[in-house]
Amino acid sequence: MIQAGIIGIGQTRFVTRRDDVNLGELAREATIIALEDAGIEFRDIEAVVFSLALDALEGMENAERWCVEAVGGCKKPCIRVHMGGATGGSALHTGLFHILSGLFNCVLVVGAEKMGETQDAQNILNLIFDPVYEREVAINAINMCSFQAIRHMRKYGTTEYHMALVAVRSYKNALKNPYAHIKKEITVEDVLNSRVICYPIKLYDCCPRSTGACAVLVASSRFIKKLGKKRVAWISGIGSCTNSYFMGDRMDNSGLNDHADAEGLLIAAKKAYKMAGISDPKKEIDVAEIYAPFTSTELAAVEALGFCEKGESGICNEKGIFDMDGKLPVNPSGGVLTSNPISVTALVRVAEAALQVTGKAGERQVKGVKNAVATGEGGSLQFYTVTVLSRGI
Amino acid sequence: MSKELLFISQHWDIEFNHAAGETASVFFKAIRERKEILGRRCPACKRVLLPPRSFCERCFVDTLEWVKVGKEGTIEAFTIVYEQFRGLPKPPYAIAYVLLDGASTAMVNFLKKVDLNNLQEALERIKIGARVKVVFKRKRRGRITDFWYELLHT
Repeated sequence: MIQAGIIGIGQTRFVTRRDDVNLGELAREATIIALEDAGIEFRDIEAVVFSLALDALEGMENAERWCVEAVGGCKKPCIRVHMGGATGGSALHTGLFHILSGLFNCVLVVGAEKMGETQDAQNILNLIFDPVYEREVAINAINMCSFQAIRHMRKYGTTEYHMALVAVRSYKNALKNPYAHIKKEITVEDVLNSRVICYPIKLYDCCPRSTGACAVLVASSRFIKKLGKKRVAWISGIGSCTNSYFMGDRMDNSGLNDHADAEGLLIAAKKAYKMAGISDPKKEIDVAEIYAPFTSTELAAVEALGFCEKGESGICNEKGIFDMDGKLPVNPSGGVLTSNPISVTALVRVAEAALQVTGKAGERQVKGVKNAVATGEGGSLQFYTVTVLSRGI
Repeated sequence: MSKELLFISQHWDIEFNHAAGETASVFFKAIRERKEILGRRCPACKRVLLPPRSFCERCFVDTLEWVKVGKEGTIEAFTIVYEQFRGLPKPPYAIAYVLLDGASTAMVNFLKKVDLNNLQEALERIKIGARVKVVFKRKRRGRITDFWYELLHT
């Protein structure tokens, strides 16, 4: 059976703007870092999966056209993947499918984001809602998550204080990540006193808009053996799940598929754990990189991932379980709350999890990581991806 | 060589004339002409889908039966927006998902006629579980903004 592993990782520093490079040149920076990390060259790449989300955020339709030659894609197969926030997770899975098909031995999964070049991302993100029923009600990527947050608060007694704890931990972790966009220490009071954006989400509950790139090289076990690569993050399990388009469909009081909970993530995680042979994620997962653009999103996600019971994420944050020195560190990188380059955010989660598994995460390294999980989330909490990376398979 | 970096400013201006389709057209016409809210019942799971769709995403079957739902309902989720977003309404404004009586799924719209200037005071009144009514615009054009929600018992 073919196995696949991550052999090279490249990230640029995430920032507000990059005026010295275009989108393709930015993707090229990450690609060159990944190639050096793997110890291979452009000619070794057999296919390219381009991770690129909303065209309007870049101000160009099919911007992969502009970028793919910059990452060595000419004369090679190329697929562009766009699943909103889940883009990077789905792109990684697409790269994996290339390898598992047996047709390819080394695939580059890469993307870049320059959303800093548009004035306000939320009027673009309002356009992800259908023109018939929902768009005119002024929903955007922030308040769609407010609906989830307010239901979680109502259902479980989760508070803005619990949300603040997530922000404080993420900001603290980001201080040790050389690639993180927002680097400053904040307190619970800072979060609670920050201005309300879309209640219950306040400024420090929100991610920034980031510019940057990420590249991940996925290779077959045969390629890895030939290369003699030792430190490999093996892809041991994946899962993916799609929820309803309408958020209101998850508010039917049936107790099933409640918008308070990330049910799609729960289903995706179960599939990924099963494939990876993980029966107790609390014990067997050593670190997680979770796609959570808002503090409240992470609270629902840790429950769906099986790190605690439903409704207990707030208390677990009070106990410090997800801190760097806790039982199950979450987002040692600082997560999406401190860097959100949408096109590659979910790919960065995979990259960071791979760094943890291979012991290359520097100052943000969690000790003795055998299994790490990375997630992606796109649309109005609609598309979910889960990837489990392991030291061995 | 100077290190000055140049910029190219551009603006997208794209117009669309979206077809509402048969199902949404019936829904919007009932609002425009009779001030009625119509859902579609799934023949398999019996859920009344609102906003109405021609199929049930859970049972994979077509929906056929129109069902008139109540003009009152319960807030299932809400947000109060205090930030000005480009191209979106002037804040503050409230948005709520409401489960109308007789419907199985919640439908989103603006929640109006509540003072939002003081968040804490607004939160005393806007809660999950609070009852609301549908209020129709006098001049209706056949779109979602033809109606909004207002709190009952205010």
